[in-house]
Amino acid sequence: MALLAAVALVTAGASWLAPNPPERRFPDLLNAPPTRVRVWDGGPRAPFIYRQRVVSRLERRFENVITERVSLRWLDDGALVTADPAGGAPLLMLGTDSYGRDIFARLVHGARLTLALALLATLGATLVGGLVGGVSGYAGGRVDLLLSRLTEFVLVLPAIYVVLALRAALPLAVPPRTVFLSLAGIFVLLGWPTVARGVRAIVASERARDYVSAAEALGARPTRVLLRHLLPAARGHLLTQATLLLPAFILAEATMSYIGLGFPEATPTWGTMLQEASNVALLSEAPWTLAPAGAIFLVVLGVNLAIQSPTRPQVQLDR
Amino acid sequence: MRAFLVRRLAFALVLVACASSAAFLLTRAAPGDLTTQLGAFPQPEEVAATRARFGLDRPVVEQWLAWGWRALRFDLGESFLYNRPVARVLAPAALNTAILAVVALFAATTAGLALGVVSGSRSGVAAALIRVVSAVCVSLPPLVTSLVFVFLAARTGWLPAGGMSSAGAGDLSWSAWLADVAWHVPLPALALALPIAATFERLQSQAMAQVVSEPFVQAARARGVPGAQLIWRHAWPVSLRPVCAVLGVAIGALLSGSFVVEYVTTWPGLGRLMYEALRARDIYLVAGCAAMGSAFLACGTLAGDLLLAAVDPRVRDEAGT
Repeated sequence: MALLAAVALVTAGASWLAPNPPERRFPDLLNAPPTRVRVWDGGPRAPFIYRQRVVSRLERRFENVITERVSLRWLDDGALVTADPAGGAPLLMLGTDSYGRDIFARLVHGARLTLALALLATLGATLVGGLVGGVSGYAGGRVDLLLSRLTEFVLVLPAIYVVLALRAALPLAVPPRTVFLSLAGIFVLLGWPTVARGVRAIVASERARDYVSAAEALGARPTRVLLRHLLPAARGHLLTQATLLLPAFILAEATMSYIGLGFPEATPTWGTMLQEASNVALLSEAPWTLAPAGAIFLVVLGVNLAIQSPTRPQVQLDR
Repeated sequence: MRAFLVRRLAFALVLVACASSAAFLLTRAAPGDLTTQLGAFPQPEEVAATRARFGLDRPVVEQWLAWGWRALRFDLGESFLYNRPVARVLAPAALNTAILAVVALFAATTAGLALGVVSGSRSGVAAALIRVVSAVCVSLPPLVTSLVFVFLAARTGWLPAGGMSSAGAGDLSWSAWLADVAWHVPLPALALALPIAATFERLQSQAMAQVVSEPFVQAARARGVPGAQLIWRHAWPVSLRPVCAVLGVAIGALLSGSFVVEYVTTWPGLGRLMYEALRARDIYLVAGCAAMGSAFLACGTLAGDLLLAAVDPRVRDEAGT
């Protein structure tokens, strides 16, 4: 839980936390390693970094210029902490990518898009799933049969192949806004059935209870019975499913962008950043390009730990 | 039992037909077609001839029906990208994916179940350690692990960082080829297996803990059945039910995961093929891959159901009536 809160905070304060703007390039520092913050130089000093200088562009080797200390500036340039980006000595907490952009800045800014997409898709899938499941469970009969069959069918589709096919129905290069909306749509389309199935089961069993008959006897319309009386019973299930869908969607965005069917390269998201890591030769020398993978792991771990907390045991894999 | 099987098989066929048709129609509806592969400035006659050869000049429905009719006789059309029948391209890729998936599933099941039994039936340092490790592994998606493993392999050189066989492996003898593949398989298989193994471990552990406290186990213990025999002969089979119930889901996860892992580790499997086919708008190959993928999934869920029926007599009786 604390982990998730930290991620949310970092995401919200991205532009303030990042020492450099995410789109800024440092042409002399391509694939530069992270700068180490030091507090000792012959004696204790205020936190500082050494300026990095490229030794060999071909071998991507860098060295610290230990004669030049660049002290950190706090609460300056609208950032929490920064060094001297204009003078060519930026604070790079996670190094740079092969365009010379600050990976840490891109990571925290990319979190916005990645998490926003996953949240939107989760919300959509929960909503659609809740409604379909609710209607299906409350109406019963032929409607129920039809909707249940549909749910089951989408559920057994090989998800990744369907995502690929759906995404392929769009042009390969599209602006980020379109990508955002279409990916969200695709994720909702594939995510709702797990929610719907559980909601249907809950609503179908709840509607036989006395309080539902009472509401009906008092003249409540079906929509009101469903929305006010039945769906609240499925609240716990909806929450559980949402927490399961969220990491799945984060991962889906990363996968799609990673293989080049998601956001365009210039847009920072965790997936587009991982594209850098698909170059094995580069990857072995610049492990900091894996930072987004670490971020994904942290979020998934956070969600899993939150689910497995003692208050709600055994909810995983209840599909 | 037979009626159950027939119904499941019919459902699987419908699934395969729908998935491949959907892939077919979507690819057809997408802007651009396979003639973009002819280069930036193709001759108009060439474009027209290629379109005619693959039936792209006909209306969508007509093309779809023609394709469907031929697919019924196992003729999946021709791949433009490889200039060969789709079935010939598909078969080796499907085999490669199957190798990867089977190795990963085997590893995940063996490790997951064994560790789950230990952590579920005991308490102590070992069980606690297993629990922590699996809580971490559950959160390691194949995309993340395969990237990290590729990095480690490239750094240390302990295992090959990608591919399924070394360069020039085509000339090797059968046994040498097998050894070469066995050298390449652990990395992608492990990346694929870790989260699934962890899921199995959690489930098996929970089920085991529940079964161990049941009266029949207590009774057996009271009569002096030795510990190991008690756990493995009496308690374990009973606790298998929840594990078998998620096997179908696990196989689905395996299939989606294998796409990513194949992409990252350049394993020449089905997922990679589908990706290439989609990029090239190679319509028949896309449909073929979708059909194969859904067939795998259907087989997986069917196998899961059959196993469940084998383990739990109640399911068997229910399906029989």
